[in-house]
Amino acid sequence: MTTPLLKIEHLTMRFGGLVAVNDLSFDVRKGEITALIGPNGAGKTTVFNCITGFYKPTEGRLGLKHPDGKTYLLERLPDHHINWKARVARTFQNIRLFQGMTVLENLLVAQHNPLMLASGYSILGLLGSKSYLKSEKAALDKAVAWLERINLIDRADDPAGDLPYGDQRRLEIARAMCTDPVLLCLDEPAAGLNPRESLELNALLTSIRADGQTSLLLIEHDMSVVMAISDHVVVLDYGVKISDGAPEEVRNDPRVIAAYLGVDDDEVAAVEAEVGL
Amino acid sequence: MAIFIQQLINGLTLGSIYGLIAIGYTMVFGIIGMVNFAHGDVFMVSSFIALLLLLVATTLFGFGLVPALFLVLVLGMLITGLWNWTIERTAYRPLRGSFRLAPLISAIGMSILLSNLIQVIQGPRNKPVPPMFTQVLPLFEENGYTVGIGYKQIVIMVVTAVLLGLFWYIVQKTPLGRAQRACEQDQKMAALLGIDVDKTISLTFVLGAALAAVAGVMYIMYYGVINFSDGFVPGVKAFTAAVLGGIGSLPGAVIGGLLIGLIETMWSAYFSIDYKDVAAFSILAITLVFLPTGLLGRPEVEKV
Amino acid sequence: MTDTTHSPSPDAFNLKQALKDAGFAGMVTFGLCVPIVAFRAEQDMANKLVLQQRWWMALVITGLVVVARFLFSLHQHSRRNEHGPQTSAGAAGVLALIKPYLAPLGFGFITIYPLMMLAMHGPGGSIKWIDNFGIQILIYVMLGWGLNIVVGLAGLLDLGYVAFYAVGAYSYALIATKVIPQTFPFLGVWAFWICLPISGLLAALWGILLGFPVLRLRGDYLAIVTLAFGEIIRLVLINWVDFSNGYAGLSSIPRPSFFGIPFNASDTGFAAVFGLEFSPIYRTIFLYYVILVLSLMTAYVTLKLRRLPVGRAWEALREDEIACRSLGINTTITKLTAFAIGAMFGGFAGCFFAARQGFISPESFVFLESAQILAIVVLGGMGSLFGVVVASIALVGGIEILRELDFLKEVFGPTFDPSQYRMLVFGVAMVLMMLWKPRGLISTRDPSVIYKERKAISGSMVQEGHG
Ligand SMILES: Nc1ncnc2c1ncn2[C@@H]1O[C@H](COP(=O)(O)OP(=O)(O)O)[C@@H](O)[C@H]1O
Ligand SMILES: [Mg+2]
Repeated sequence: MTTPLLKIEHLTMRFGGLVAVNDLSFDVRKGEITALIGPNGAGKTTVFNCITGFYKPTEGRLGLKHPDGKTYLLERLPDHHINWKARVARTFQNIRLFQGMTVLENLLVAQHNPLMLASGYSILGLLGSKSYLKSEKAALDKAVAWLERINLIDRADDPAGDLPYGDQRRLEIARAMCTDPVLLCLDEPAAGLNPRESLELNALLTSIRADGQTSLLLIEHDMSVVMAISDHVVVLDYGVKISDGAPEEVRNDPRVIAAYLGVDDDEVAAVEAEVGL
Repeated sequence: MAIFIQQLINGLTLGSIYGLIAIGYTMVFGIIGMVNFAHGDVFMVSSFIALLLLLVATTLFGFGLVPALFLVLVLGMLITGLWNWTIERTAYRPLRGSFRLAPLISAIGMSILLSNLIQVIQGPRNKPVPPMFTQVLPLFEENGYTVGIGYKQIVIMVVTAVLLGLFWYIVQKTPLGRAQRACEQDQKMAALLGIDVDKTISLTFVLGAALAAVAGVMYIMYYGVINFSDGFVPGVKAFTAAVLGGIGSLPGAVIGGLLIGLIETMWSAYFSIDYKDVAAFSILAITLVFLPTGLLGRPEVEKV
Repeated sequence: MTDTTHSPSPDAFNLKQALKDAGFAGMVTFGLCVPIVAFRAEQDMANKLVLQQRWWMALVITGLVVVARFLFSLHQHSRRNEHGPQTSAGAAGVLALIKPYLAPLGFGFITIYPLMMLAMHGPGGSIKWIDNFGIQILIYVMLGWGLNIVVGLAGLLDLGYVAFYAVGAYSYALIATKVIPQTFPFLGVWAFWICLPISGLLAALWGILLGFPVLRLRGDYLAIVTLAFGEIIRLVLINWVDFSNGYAGLSSIPRPSFFGIPFNASDTGFAAVFGLEFSPIYRTIFLYYVILVLSLMTAYVTLKLRRLPVGRAWEALREDEIACRSLGINTTITKLTAFAIGAMFGGFAGCFFAARQGFISPESFVFLESAQILAIVVLGGMGSLFGVVVASIALVGGIEILRELDFLKEVFGPTFDPSQYRMLVFGVAMVLMMLWKPRGLISTRDPSVIYKERKAISGSMVQEGHG
């Protein structure tokens, strides 16, 4: 259970004079849900952008080790290889669905690369070859299976932009999962969900963990989600790691409480009692 | 060396004209993020307005050249401003905030409309303008080649410099300028703070057109001829100037204009006059590909 | 020109406001007409400009604008009070009723169109209808469908599409007039059929060459760069006289043969072989069917590709490029394929154009052409094949009709030349159509795959691409 899947070592990301992430190191372990938390502007999304190739880190190494032993240095891969070869998928803080495409189409776009190969770079597809039709059928089945799993099968033919917010969040997760990732990075998946939806989300994330193929790294503000499902929590403040450990350890770390609430250490106990953390 | 200095003078003159047009592109892009495709044709219309006003003033009212030109400049700026105001009001404003391509297509349509309108009402033939300020001030001589600066070149550079100064004052020091910069930053916020965004955008179009009108007067003075199809190429060159300087940046537009003017004259003098427009278009492409923020533009970061 | 938003009661027509608006519009128009309409500068014998005064014209235009503005107020008013949804539901109902028959009917019509014209106008009179209307519109339909892949599906704004049309045309013209006669003269009659694929491939190659450096630029910048490329290619064609014969253009380009049988008056010509009396109409009809087949091929490939992963990736790219990258889609390659395939169809169309005209010059490949094709795509509705057809008929057919309006001469006198107003009308139409339907005529999107039920996607949902 404790083999590191992703090893982040000395990650630093600067924007001009601003150091958004400063010498950050931590591990994402295989088969676990790792939570990355911290106040707004702490640099969490920036870490995700470095992992998923949207930013080239100023310094640092991001080593990903697949179960089959293959290793990838994510900071060196071109951005589309991070999903296709290294099998890291993500969602976005501001949902980025293909709004004008149907729910089903969204899940098919996610299977672009294998389908592209199956269609012989469109040539076999244009000729309507049997093998391509078979792969397309398989892709559709996979999409439908995910839609059933996230309870959206009734809306398969609706444009994604028409879905309510909570459904869009789940669809974005399903879309990322359709790329068969070994690591799924979720940027504030519970933001804007009502309590019932939030519980459904917890169930979905733990079921993904239970499938055993995918480990999760999630950014979350909602402490109830973090405490309920994560195996390991990393706390970031002003781009620096201030705590790293099991949820209970982190919860009781005075520095974490101070960072979140912006109070002196000696007041922490009082505040802690008040908010019932 | 003598030739070089002569070309330098010619290039700066031409560059002033491009710079004046470029400001119109840059301001409009800065405030509503749209490439105002019809701006080159607004410039062409302004040249025709200037030509007609000049004829009216000199032949109908018997004005002398200098007062006539002054009048042409002032009236030309006003009327061209009205043209651009109307264009923005009718063809762009209703499309603001709608489909992104719609204003662009509308602007292309407007560009076609303007040039063909002038063709229909003023005829397709070149209009030769009576020559003005034909004297040349000799500067020095080298190997029998006299380097001189034409009076009209002096007029062009001086008028451009004065008007740019005035314009700079408006944009930097007046409430209009402040409103404009506020709208550039964030239109919604500006509106919340009580700035009349529509009016500010209208005035931006008027100002841009007024400067294009100055360019129009200078253009007929310099080239002595105008045609209904003369909006496109100077328009693209001025747009190149705006991009080269960094789109959105006013000093950038002026510097870009001067650079394009210089490159064009030097290219014609030392390489090939046939390919001078190819050079301009190539600079446009190369700048956009390798230096999309231009010389003075702000870098744009893609936030995920 | 001014808004009439604050009318006291929604039902009463505010006459005073309407008159005020009309008066204001009139004043502005009059201001615009001074001096550009009220005076005209004409050269006299000595090449000196003299002024003519035409105040009547300025007044007429002003009057027209006043009336138009007033009518517009009336129209706005009646539209506010009308029960809009019902009528549009009725119209939609009718449309839904005829929709299943639209495609076969339309298809049948375009298939028999030349024969119909031949029957109606005879061999001499029908050339105009088949060539100027049929072939001309079909060329733009094909170009529109080609550009639709780039702009409508992939969301890449291309203002230089005519460059690929030019590449196709010059490839054919140069190969058919210079290369084939010197190397394989016996292939002469087959020149068109040999060069058609070559032209398309060369255009696609140019699409890749030009596309590669610029496809990472965003919307407007991409548009401008493609415009620059289009102009550079045209300027090079003008100035590189040894290669392209410059302004003078290339002439005597071989015309297509009927699969090896030339259309001429000789004993081995088409008419003689088929026992017909010689007439140029056969070639025209044949050309019509060639461009028809080429267009349909474009549509077929587009429809097929839309349902393949590559087409879905194009549309996804238009929707959200960043999300595409996070899903492992190689955005550069995906954009390049759209660009290259769009260019290829442009190249085919160019090859056909050169063969139809027999003569080409850089004049045919000006920016205005790109603007026209783009207008067809945007006006048709991004991504809609049917919309492109409607827009081509409206814009191209409309322009051609203006040529035909000779009766206007009787109204405005013999010096009136309606064709002079063609492009003016075109520009006005482009602006008005955008104001009327900014998202184009057909703005709904058809899903590329369905699970249970086909539902059209409203245009307001569909993104327009970022570049
Ligand atoms: N592309 C960028 N350019 C400049 N600054 C950025 C960029 N992306 C993020 N930042 C800055 O980095 C800091 C961390 O941002 P972010 O990672 O989004 O925080 P979080 O997700 O933890 O709320 C912020 O100060 C933000 O303004
Ligand atoms: Mg964040």
